[in-house]
Amino acid sequence: MSEEPPTSSFEELDAKLKAARGKRPSKGSESDTRAQNGLGMALKIGVEFVSAVGVGVGIGVLLDYWLETKPWLMVVFFLLGSAAGFLNIFRTVSGFGYAAGYNANNADEKSARKRSE
Amino acid sequence: MTAEGGHSPLEQFVWKPIVPAEIVGVDVSFSNSSLFMTITVLVATLFLVLGIRRSDIVPGRWQVAVELSYEFIAGLLKDTVGAEGRKFFPIIFTLFIFVLLGNLLGMVPYSFTFTSHIIVTFGMAFVIFVGVTILGFAKHGMHFFSFFAPPGTPVVMLPLLVPIEIISYLSRPISLSVRLFANMLAGHTLIKVIAGFIPVLGVIFGVLPLALVVALTGLEILIAFLQAYVFAILTCLYINDAIHLH
Repeated sequence: MSEEPPTSSFEELDAKLKAARGKRPSKGSESDTRAQNGLGMALKIGVEFVSAVGVGVGIGVLLDYWLETKPWLMVVFFLLGSAAGFLNIFRTVSGFGYAAGYNANNADEKSARKRSE
Repeated sequence: MTAEGGHSPLEQFVWKPIVPAEIVGVDVSFSNSSLFMTITVLVATLFLVLGIRRSDIVPGRWQVAVELSYEFIAGLLKDTVGAEGRKFFPIIFTLFIFVLLGNLLGMVPYSFTFTSHIIVTFGMAFVIFVGVTILGFAKHGMHFFSFFAPPGTPVVMLPLLVPIEIISYLSRPISLSVRLFANMLAGHTLIKVIAGFIPVLGVIFGVLPLALVVALTGLEILIAFLQAYVFAILTCLYINDAIHLH
């Protein structure tokens, strides 16, 4: 590394780098990231559901405390929170984040339909 | 049985003030948590500044590490947010490096893992949540509220769907902070608990938990990276949602 003669120009170096990049197998890294995503996803889903239920119950308890309607709003918001939790899970599984649940999937379907037509 | 010396596996998480201080009734002590945050910032600064000090065209190992961390976050932003995400690079990069180094420095024996405290992770997640909401309002004004009504929803369903969407939105900072905190807390506790079996089982059978501790330490380092990555990518996705709505 230290005693290499400094004769090679940058173009040669560039060509060498490109050749080395072409040689590198990409398959292994792909399956690696997929495994990592799977692990991350598994850790994510439980928290997504519980946090939505927690927020729902919290809102319900606060509203009950404020409007003095114990325990009805808590029950209602527990159900809404559960629904939100399932929504979170659906969005997590069908592609990260919010937009993926609707836009990205729709866009995929649209482009797929266009291609098939 | 007394070989453990009465050390609880949870002792590593105890918050201790180093320089006690109080301003108008608010505790502002410089604690072991603050100390490790300071160390994290120092290590991050040294790593980045010294790494690019010479900026060779053919970079050395250290410079490659710095450039890789830059390209990793830049690529993440480009993939999730797109070209508009460029201006959010500093905040995402800072968050990623801070969480990552906090997790990794917590793996050093006798150190303190500040990311294992819910108040630290929730503080970060709450700032992100408020910032992203402000961003959404600044970008779209009152139109931001259409975020809570998915396109193509029948009007009859709106009273049911809007509360669900709002709860789902409010659960974001909670899930973001709890995920990081729970992973760190559970991993570090597990290592300590398994390590506690070693002296109890003696030289011969103690090898088994020792091997497990070695394996778990490797897993913890993976989780340290993974959680920092998840924290960064979710922040990117929240920014993407705020910019593009749906």
